[in-house]
Amino acid sequence: MFAAEVSHIVKSFADKVAVSDLSFAVSQGEMFGLIGPNGAGKTTTIRMMMDIIKPDSGEVTIFGEKLGEATKNRLGYLPEERGLYKKLSVLESIVYLASLKGVDKQLAVEKADQLLEKTGMLATKSKKIEALSRGMGQIIQFIVTIIHDPQLVILDEPFAGLDPVNTELLKEIFLELRNQGKAVILSTHQMNQVEELCDRILMINNGKNVLYGDLGEIKARYRGNSVLLDFEGELGEIPGVTAKRQHKGYLELILDGETTPQQLLERLVGRGIAINRFEVATPSLNEIFLKEVGRKP
Amino acid sequence: MNKTQLIFRHEFLNAIKRKGFIIMTLIVPVLGLLGIGIFSLVSATAGPTVVEITTIGYVDEAGGFDQYTTQGNIELVGFDTQDEATAALISGDVSEYFIIPADYTSTGLINRYTLARELETPPSITTAIKNFLTSNLLAGKVPSETVELVEKPLSLVTTRLTETGEVAAEQGGFGNLIIPGVFSLLLALSLQFSCVYLVQGLGDEKESRLIEVLLSSVSTRQLLIGKVLGLGVAGLVQVSVWLASLPLLLNLASSTFGGFFSEIQLPANFIVLGMVYFILGYALFAALSAGIGAISPSAREGQQLIPMFTLLLFVPLWFSSILFVFPDSPLWPVLTIFPVTAPITVMLRLGVTGVPAWQLAVSILVLALSIVGVLLLAIRVFRTYLLMYGKRPSWGEIFRNLRSG
Repeated sequence: MFAAEVSHIVKSFADKVAVSDLSFAVSQGEMFGLIGPNGAGKTTTIRMMMDIIKPDSGEVTIFGEKLGEATKNRLGYLPEERGLYKKLSVLESIVYLASLKGVDKQLAVEKADQLLEKTGMLATKSKKIEALSRGMGQIIQFIVTIIHDPQLVILDEPFAGLDPVNTELLKEIFLELRNQGKAVILSTHQMNQVEELCDRILMINNGKNVLYGDLGEIKARYRGNSVLLDFEGELGEIPGVTAKRQHKGYLELILDGETTPQQLLERLVGRGIAINRFEVATPSLNEIFLKEVGRKP
Repeated sequence: MNKTQLIFRHEFLNAIKRKGFIIMTLIVPVLGLLGIGIFSLVSATAGPTVVEITTIGYVDEAGGFDQYTTQGNIELVGFDTQDEATAALISGDVSEYFIIPADYTSTGLINRYTLARELETPPSITTAIKNFLTSNLLAGKVPSETVELVEKPLSLVTTRLTETGEVAAEQGGFGNLIIPGVFSLLLALSLQFSCVYLVQGLGDEKESRLIEVLLSSVSTRQLLIGKVLGLGVAGLVQVSVWLASLPLLLNLASSTFGGFFSEIQLPANFIVLGMVYFILGYALFAALSAGIGAISPSAREGQQLIPMFTLLLFVPLWFSSILFVFPDSPLWPVLTIFPVTAPITVMLRLGVTGVPAWQLAVSILVLALSIVGVLLLAIRVFRTYLLMYGKRPSWGEIFRNLRSG
């Protein structure tokens, strides 16, 4: 059973189609990346998964159940822009929002203590939210997102505005959640984070599916027909290589359509060239993203 | 506890903890007690009032006007000539003087001279002169009791009867107006504050995007009902404190002050109707506020939109002086039945003329129907616009969306 299954959802606002026939599934124990440019429909998709708005057509199921009152308590959601009740204390905020997820007060206080301790925020427990820095507020909001032990956690740009120490802390917790068998959906623009953390991705643009599947497979699919080489000695003409591009510290060899990197390696070894680095050029997720959404930075 | 109750509890507790709410709730009993206290203190320390005697002069050219020269606090001093009287006026011996011309008994004309610039002759002076003349004219011709009766102002005792011919419980008069008048102003303020809290709360949650976290936990319906009820019960607590403190303050005031305050009475059904109209009025304004809160991108913008309809709350108060002068004006049934002005109008009218039963029935019915209508529209607007940030949608766009559903 999937943690979340989205099938053929469509959502329009006034005259604009925000999400068009989108389908994907997220398994339990999986870290899933939802990526796309601004206005691609990520937030609308997430809101439909959270039952905040209803799709015009299509269906979302969470752990095999249709969205409703009961499923909401199994979801944890960290919206992109964060805010809490400024006048309430940290503990009051956490306990109130946890109670709306069905956690009783005593348990919420206990869990809040644990999570505040874990994130090094225990000293802020009685402080008012308005007295916290932006980054600290974000950590509190993250605690609110996971305090009810949700089985599906959706995080919209969780690293925005965080310092490197807190970024690492959150990453550790995300991996912990995944290892506990929870499904984690990460929606972000930071491709390096997606590459580092996610098992599978969905890239959307203009509300439509652009790329969907295993990250490794997608990258392999976009692997160009070229090899990065650092060597010693004279290279000369090599059959199967149509062009050479000199980069700082390495040379890029563009292969013809018939020669494989394996064959090239054999030829180079055969010529007795000392090889320091031989790498099949794989595009970064960022490059794939730019290529697919047709924009340059 | 279900989620609606959780939101209700949170909103209620937050509302009653606000400084503004506490001050507004306590201001009525505190100010009332303070007023009574200060009055008792002042009247206990102040000595007996010294009565000031005013001296005015007169020149009797007609003759025979020489008795009854003391009229209440006014002493009349006769002069032989006008010149003497003028000199006394200038020297300050008299504050004014008048001349009784020789042909007074045929013309009835009296000439008055004074240094003061005035709009009209002070009534006390007119009465004193009139009684002085009457007493002298009638002296010896009719019994003195008759003279007294002629001079005394008309004492009219009006008794209001019910349609069955019995003496009515409420006798009207200004004593009846005080409490409903003050209460209608407070009611308007309480309704306005409740709307401001509701719009501000929603605006803050929208601005901080907390609304998304809330809606990922509860449904729109639970959020709306919880909020509206929480703030409504807080407002009801406020109004109940006022309504409960009014009769107590009134008893205290009438035993302390006596006089006018002992004539003050609460109109029948006032407390019940006060509650009913607060609840209905609040429900209507809360539904309107929810709509306003949903379309406003921020708390500040929401607050700028509120006066659009909360100003209507105060319309009956602006026209209240017309109510005193023209209680039968057709304006009143209209304002009583128009839902937005109904709560305050009914409270005001209860104190002046009362409200016919049919108008109360129609008013409550129209108010109830408006609540249902506005609530349905508000929920629709709420769902559509609650998650839209940035620019406020234009009214045209909102109406199109409402029509298309």
